[in-house]
Amino acid sequence: MLEVMDLHVNYGGIAALRGINLTIKENQIVTLIGANGAGKSSTLRAIMGLVKKSKGQVLYKGEDISNLPTKDIVAKGITMVPEGRRVFANLTVEENLLLGAYTRSDHKAIARDMEKVYSTFPRLKERSWQKAGTLSGGEQQMLAVGRALMSSPQILMMDEPSLGLAPLLVKEVFEIILLLREQGNTILLVEQNAKKALEIADYGYVLETGQLVLEGPGKALLADAKVQEAYLGAAR
Amino acid sequence: MRDKRRTDLIALAALVCTVVVLLLANRYLDDYKIRIINLSGIYVTLGLSMNLINGFTGLFSLGHAGFMAVGAYTVALLTMPIPMKEMNFFFQPIVPWLANVEVGFLPALLAAGLISAFLGVLIGAPVLRLRDDYLAIATLGFAEIIRVVFTNTQSLTNGALGLKGIPNYTNTWWSWGVAFFTIWFVSFLIRGSYGKAFMAIREDEVAAEAMGINLFKHKVLSFAFASFFAGIAGGLLASLLGTIDPNMFRITLTFNILLIVVLGGLGRIAGTVVAAVIVTVMMEALRFLDESINLGFIQLKGIPGMRMVVFSIILILVVLLRKEGLFTRLKGRESSYAEN
Repeated sequence: MLEVMDLHVNYGGIAALRGINLTIKENQIVTLIGANGAGKSSTLRAIMGLVKKSKGQVLYKGEDISNLPTKDIVAKGITMVPEGRRVFANLTVEENLLLGAYTRSDHKAIARDMEKVYSTFPRLKERSWQKAGTLSGGEQQMLAVGRALMSSPQILMMDEPSLGLAPLLVKEVFEIILLLREQGNTILLVEQNAKKALEIADYGYVLETGQLVLEGPGKALLADAKVQEAYLGAAR
Repeated sequence: MRDKRRTDLIALAALVCTVVVLLLANRYLDDYKIRIINLSGIYVTLGLSMNLINGFTGLFSLGHAGFMAVGAYTVALLTMPIPMKEMNFFFQPIVPWLANVEVGFLPALLAAGLISAFLGVLIGAPVLRLRDDYLAIATLGFAEIIRVVFTNTQSLTNGALGLKGIPNYTNTWWSWGVAFFTIWFVSFLIRGSYGKAFMAIREDEVAAEAMGINLFKHKVLSFAFASFFAGIAGGLLASLLGTIDPNMFRITLTFNILLIVVLGGLGRIAGTVVAAVIVTVMMEALRFLDESINLGFIQLKGIPGMRMVVFSIILILVVLLRKEGLFTRLKGRESSYAEN
């Protein structure tokens, strides 16, 4: 469904990504794990057109979207839940959700998706008139996911959704991700919490200083000695 | 939905009240008070236009005096009778393409707004890439450049001598008519998808961009709308005062507008309107502070500019104690930026 080929990104001469190849199949959870600064977020931002690619291609359903502006990529059905939630704090929950549908104009469909988001996250409905900034961290993460769903995405890319959340909420976030796949979404998940991410992922990629070093089905990576040592804290 | 209808009703009631007040005022008040009413209307327009950039879009711009200067000079040069132009430009004759132009007030005002908006886009395109304080410095510099350029383009603006004998078209209907149009326009914009995008940019640029909002386009658009209204307000001011010179458009003018925006609340429409009227009236009412005060036992020497000290202190207090503005109802944690 989404294919990334030989993706390079430079920040002022420093290479952040040095030839990334990813394949994301429909209705799968694909995860990208790696240490701080490995280039996980850069990969997502490059796919979204938020940073310039110095080389490489992004194919979406066989179509080259490498050079499209972000708004066209969103309109085509690829959405990102940015790192650190980044809800619009002084706007209401409802306004936040409506902004997620910014690139769409079919009001009926938007209202239908709003209902769908509310039924997935009943707590957002209870708080629809509340300022997003007054929500708890977990609720804000739900709102960030809900807001992304409002663009009616085919592919949802999540950047560190569990970051800064209490353990109980982390569990809830991963349950939500599984639920989203059940509802037919395709998910590209970037996580530092490698263990949790690999547990639910259909396929995983391991990123190290801008390069892919390992890939395979989630369960297989979880059992891999190198992954265990580097990311899961297993003893040598 | 019911909220919206209620707001509409309140707005309608306010409109009717204003019309009645203006009718009565024109009948019974003297010229000095009428002038204050005119200034209030102009400052409402200015306050809202600055709030559009600084309050709703969250860009800290200090270029208003520059845009007002552009508007003021446009209206002055377009509406001034031809013989009057010859009298004004005795030092160095006016450029030929302006010498024989004289148009009505409405087209002149529109031209003022459009030229100002054009300049807004022109200057906005490069500087809107800057953030926060850098943008403030750049826009401040722009306003100063306009002032210096106008001081030195003798054959276009009559330089430091200024322009005299600008026809007094501005009356309470013009100033408040424009003010109400601005109120309507800004409310309309904010309710629509542009307004939502502006506020999203204010809240979080990264997230807004990820939602597919074109940051650059919306920032420039907000800047263009604001400079359009600043230009028109400058034109109204020129036509109200009858004489203008480049030194009118110093940073203090921008400061007055900023005062209104902060007192009324960033991103608040009704608050800005009330603050504009109060600040304009206070500017006049507090004039006694600039004069010498006789307390009976002691004679205080007048200090020119004492008024501004009072305003500055109010501004500091508001920023420290009530960032939401003076007229915002505080509802627990759900305070700032609501309703509008």
